[in-house]
Amino acid sequence: MKNILILGAGTSGTMMANHLRSKLSKNDWNISIVDKDETHYYQPGFLFLPFDIYKSKQVKKSIDKFIPKGVNLIRDSINKIDKENDKVILKDGTELNYDILIIATGTEIAPQEIDGMLGDHWHKNVFDFYTFKGAKNLRNKLRKWEGGKLVVHISEMPIKCPVAPLEFAFLADSYFINKDMRDKVDITYVTPMDGAFTKPKASKELSYLLEEKNIKIVSNFNIESVDGDNKKIIDYGGKEVEYDLLVTVPTNMGDEMIERSGFGDDLNYVPTNKATLQTTVKDNIFAIGDATNIPASKAGSVAHFEAEILTENILRFIDNKPLKETFDGHANCFIETGHGKALLIDFNYTHEPVTGSFPLPGIGPLKLLKETHMNHMGKLAFRWIYWNMLIKGKHIPFVSSTMSEAGKDLEEELA
Amino acid sequence: MTERTYAGVCVKCSDQGYMEELNEWTKDIGAHIAEEEGIEMTDKHWEVIDYLQTQCRNEVPLTIRRVGKSGVTTIKEFYQLFPEGPLKKSSRIAGIPKPVSCI
Repeated sequence: MKNILILGAGTSGTMMANHLRSKLSKNDWNISIVDKDETHYYQPGFLFLPFDIYKSKQVKKSIDKFIPKGVNLIRDSINKIDKENDKVILKDGTELNYDILIIATGTEIAPQEIDGMLGDHWHKNVFDFYTFKGAKNLRNKLRKWEGGKLVVHISEMPIKCPVAPLEFAFLADSYFINKDMRDKVDITYVTPMDGAFTKPKASKELSYLLEEKNIKIVSNFNIESVDGDNKKIIDYGGKEVEYDLLVTVPTNMGDEMIERSGFGDDLNYVPTNKATLQTTVKDNIFAIGDATNIPASKAGSVAHFEAEILTENILRFIDNKPLKETFDGHANCFIETGHGKALLIDFNYTHEPVTGSFPLPGIGPLKLLKETHMNHMGKLAFRWIYWNMLIKGKHIPFVSSTMSEAGKDLEEELA
Repeated sequence: MTERTYAGVCVKCSDQGYMEELNEWTKDIGAHIAEEEGIEMTDKHWEVIDYLQTQCRNEVPLTIRRVGKSGVTTIKEFYQLFPEGPLKKSSRIAGIPKPVSCI
């Protein structure tokens, strides 16, 4: 009997458990998955929670519910991976031996990385919305907030779901208009990049959005510290932005267990081959989702596409066949723009987001890089798809794991 | 995409003047781009450029903080070496793409 061990029962780990249990014989392979938490969160919902669009119960379910029969769920914290001896040591000292290890420990916010971000003001007038707690506390704050300077801020890249802060700014505009208090709120978007949009095609198509919604932008802002007493953020170059309410995306980092295991980069991401998803740590260690250092977006759709390819590669690894170098960085993300509309983007390592129709070429019904109500319906429908199909490892019709060029206005990209 | 000539060599650049092919880069070309950015290069500048290129070849996304933690320079010094938008300016001189997000 051989062992596959999956670390983390979030989106990626749960998908891998479902894929592999249905592909591997129960007589030959044990599959175990380790996670300390009891709740599986629908993380895209954290964007809607602060604005009372979703209720808390819509974004959380029990982790156990999605672990298939025949997979052993171990509820404990991970101390470290002992790669030399092919075993994982848990917090309580238990040792788990593996033949194949899959690291799916994701990424978390690390507000402690920014001087002054944590303190008395944390979750009082400085909030994150990347955790359930942060999103919920922010919702309570927004319900009572009487207006002032709202600053939506990205600390540094890479972050999970890179478009979420921009969506937050758009939804905030919509929210305050609906509350009939938009004139009392000044919204500023602060980014370390040189604009809200950094790719040529997206810049061309979408630059109107900030102006239309009267959202100010401060770009090239690399935060050094938060001055909570004087309610301002300060950049390494000396620039300052004042706030009454700061909604920040702190530095994102991989699990500390990666650091304790003696590998990972300076942000605790696991060095991983971007096409095969095998780590460079050891041949029998694979990584998926936000935990890797691959240059793809940290997003659930990416993890979904990776899971299909990683499953195939693990089966090939078991059969001693060469791994397929097929992962192309495919991502597919809805971007809420407020007022019941959304954009859709579909891209990979080499193709930037372009206009076109999706998933059926020429038909849609979704439109790429354009604001439509149908795209917004797609985003809302996605919650159902997530709970009922995606994390159960079911294939989503018409959407392939590698990016399709059909239906896209690619010639414009080359011009 | 456009083509620009530096040090007598024609290189492929983005519309914003970032080189598309790191393989086409030479120190001479870097020096000419630095001149355009109004930066006088010292050994320290080149040491930072070399670090950025290595990171780029390894496909490690670059951030100002990461450069500051590299051991090659500190964030304060990075700002002194390449004032106003250090990562953008140094990336252009290094012949690597402008730091971007997904859209």
